[in-house]
Amino acid sequence: MNRYTFTEKKDTRSGFGAGLMLAAEQMPQIVALAADLTGSVKMDAFAKAYPDRFFQVGIAEANMISIAAGLAVAGKIPFTGTFAEFSTGRVYDQIRQSVAYSNANVKIYAPHAGLTVGEDGATHQALEDMGMMRMMPGMTVIHPCDYNQAVQATIAVAKYDGPVYLRCGRPTVPNFTPAGQAFEIGRGYVLEEGNDITLIAIGHLVWPALEASAALREKGIHAEVINMATLKPLDTACVLASVKKTGCVLTCEEHQINGGLGDAVAGFLARNYPVPMEMLGVDDRFGQSGKPQELLDLYGLNTAGIVKKAEALLARKK
Amino acid sequence: MLQTEQLEKMAVQVRRDVIRMINAAKSGHTGGSLGCADLMTVLYFNVLEHDPSRFSIDGKNQDVFFLSNGHIAPVWYSVLARTGYFPTAELGSLRQLGSRLQGHPSISHHLPGIRMASGSLGQGMSNAIGVALAKKMDGDRHLVYTLHGDGELEEGQIWEAAMFAGAKKVDNLISIVDHNGLQIDGSTQEVMDLGDLRAKFEAFGWLVLEMNGNNVADVESCLGEAKSRCGKGKPVMIVMRTEMGHGVDFMRNLAKWHGTAPTDEQSEAALKQLPPTEYGDY
Repeated sequence: MNRYTFTEKKDTRSGFGAGLMLAAEQMPQIVALAADLTGSVKMDAFAKAYPDRFFQVGIAEANMISIAAGLAVAGKIPFTGTFAEFSTGRVYDQIRQSVAYSNANVKIYAPHAGLTVGEDGATHQALEDMGMMRMMPGMTVIHPCDYNQAVQATIAVAKYDGPVYLRCGRPTVPNFTPAGQAFEIGRGYVLEEGNDITLIAIGHLVWPALEASAALREKGIHAEVINMATLKPLDTACVLASVKKTGCVLTCEEHQINGGLGDAVAGFLARNYPVPMEMLGVDDRFGQSGKPQELLDLYGLNTAGIVKKAEALLARKK
Repeated sequence: MLQTEQLEKMAVQVRRDVIRMINAAKSGHTGGSLGCADLMTVLYFNVLEHDPSRFSIDGKNQDVFFLSNGHIAPVWYSVLARTGYFPTAELGSLRQLGSRLQGHPSISHHLPGIRMASGSLGQGMSNAIGVALAKKMDGDRHLVYTLHGDGELEEGQIWEAAMFAGAKKVDNLISIVDHNGLQIDGSTQEVMDLGDLRAKFEAFGWLVLEMNGNNVADVESCLGEAKSRCGKGKPVMIVMRTEMGHGVDFMRNLAKWHGTAPTDEQSEAALKQLPPTEYGDY
């Protein structure tokens, strides 16, 4: 039995939309920019409530990022909104020069990340975005796991001074974290304690990790489950404390293994506390069309996939 | 404010700075820096409403300038120092390890006068639009200026920004294109014919002016005209004709001087054509 429950499924992009409205009410410096996807990225309520603080840039993402950097120079707190792919790969150099290198207080909000974009297929399924953003000096990378956390993460991001990449998703997923729980940037949230294996998950894979933990528990395996909602800066103290206890770690992400959460955790542990490790993610492939859950199942990014990897890892540990 | 004769002398001094800085560094972009020396001198000494002693990143209640073609940083550093943003003695540190005068403009080294990194081309107009929008929101009547290379107009983002500024009536923005007709691989005509720049920007909703960028009187008068045209629903574009390498005969209109540093002998020869001024070398 999963110790966590939920009453409804909601999308994290709508969590952002709600969080933006809450933050905008308190912080008049907040402005938002969209590139012809205002409704999809859930900026429509903001655009309606604050027409003077909303900028429709059209289908011109490079221009959007660089305008946002200018707004930040002048003291505004801009949130840019377009799909994760167009928020990163398309505008990497704009982010690098105008945002990260220039330390502009721009919030790159990037929904529709990962395979769960679904039917649109690989062109729209960002699977390299966190890696690109994690490499960028000075960039904070956040990926909340559910609606409630997305609301709070958005508020925290608005209050934080510096460039942030805020990754969200399209489909509805179980909304199980406590409403109103303040989001701490740079904190790994230990959702379950256990001594046998550490499961570190991010975004949409946090809920399957909890399900997998429940399944493992029935087999007498006690997993520690960490929601690593901030990929960068990584909560290394949290990782280290858990791994010292369990002696092995499995990372779970809807992203390429290359460059993502797995790489981040492995890079830290390899230098500080090497232990047997497995990484669940997309393994050097592109996505494709399909329904979100079909795609997660096909790529093994589900509860069964986590359990399988966990058991393989436990065999190595012995 | 400087008189026309003083502006001309100061522009010579700025050119001397450019040659000496790049020669000392043994690297840097000479041609465009020399070509834009008159513009930058007039802009910083007589046109911008700014207070170098009270520099702030946000530029509130001051005019703001973005150098989009960041490779001509030497001429920018020279006018920044000579208008008091930082000591002229620092000019000699261009491109040296630990210098605030990075090869291309950077804010990470906290050089007063710079608000945004540039060097990767095509981004400055968008940055300027951001500040211009913020100034409108804040009721700040001050203007935002940008300078671009003509080769830089080959970047697609320039046209994204131009479309936005025209469509959204960003009329507190004055952009200037250094139209010297040369880029690294040769003439703009050969590399990518820019066509009719006036017609292009007019079609994008801009008011377009033209000036001779190597005549300080013309520059001053055209910038004054540009200012008077702000606030009337259109961004202002100035197509500025210049000679790359202006002021040094053997550098004039030669694409190879885009990114070449003068040797000691070439530097000496160049400085002979740019006689010392009352403003003095750094």
